[in-house]
Amino acid sequence: MELNAQKRGPILSVQLSGELDHHSAEQTRIMLDTLLRDVTVHELVLDLSGMTFMDSAGLGVILGRFRKLSMRGGKVTVKGMNASVDRIFRMSGLYAIVERQ
Amino acid sequence: MHNEMEVRFLSLSGNESFARAVAAAFAAQMNPGIEELSDIRTAVSEAVTNAIIHGYDQAPDNIVTMQMEIENDDLTVIVRDDGCGIGDIELARKPFFTSKPELERSGMGFSVMEAFMDSVEVQSAVGNGTVVTMRKRIRHGS
Repeated sequence: MELNAQKRGPILSVQLSGELDHHSAEQTRIMLDTLLRDVTVHELVLDLSGMTFMDSAGLGVILGRFRKLSMRGGKVTVKGMNASVDRIFRMSGLYAIVERQ
Repeated sequence: MHNEMEVRFLSLSGNESFARAVAAAFAAQMNPGIEELSDIRTAVSEAVTNAIIHGYDQAPDNIVTMQMEIENDDLTVIVRDDGCGIGDIELARKPFFTSKPELERSGMGFSVMEAFMDSVEVQSAVGNGTVVTMRKRIRHGS
């Protein structure tokens, strides 16, 4: 899993590339949480266009970051989903809580 | 066409991607569509991850077995562990249920397997491991 981050005002944009499964979830979670220690971040935008695989472990990572941001009144936005990531988001109901750009 | 294979690997999380790659490579001879192949990869990943995290409680020195069988257009994938077993299978299969919330799991593993395969059967007994049997008819992406 590779991660590229850019912050503009309260918006933290993170591009995730590679495979997000249980194996890579912990490292991804730690990297995202390190960035989210900056309390001025109120919106996390996840660009998933470079994601080649994701299973329910990825849902856990996104849900966890959503909880963290909603506690400070913020939100999570996702974009660039390929067909299989989009299917897993749709079947899990993730789009009901994270915004899609 | 009939074909079978079996692989055994240690319960290391790094073997989740290995299992997905092997499953996709074996299923490729059925000439599946891109979406079908992605369904198989995802379902296998969920079953193998469950065996590693739940069956063996993340202890890395146990064996996970994956068997695959092709019978014409019908694919069967069996993922087996000899771990702790599941006490309440019905509860474990419920969407958003997780026995390990501290790991920030989504609780969607079985739901994903059910959504992406035609059938998912779970046999388990406490202390006697778990066998997950998933079936899918390959429609060649049509």
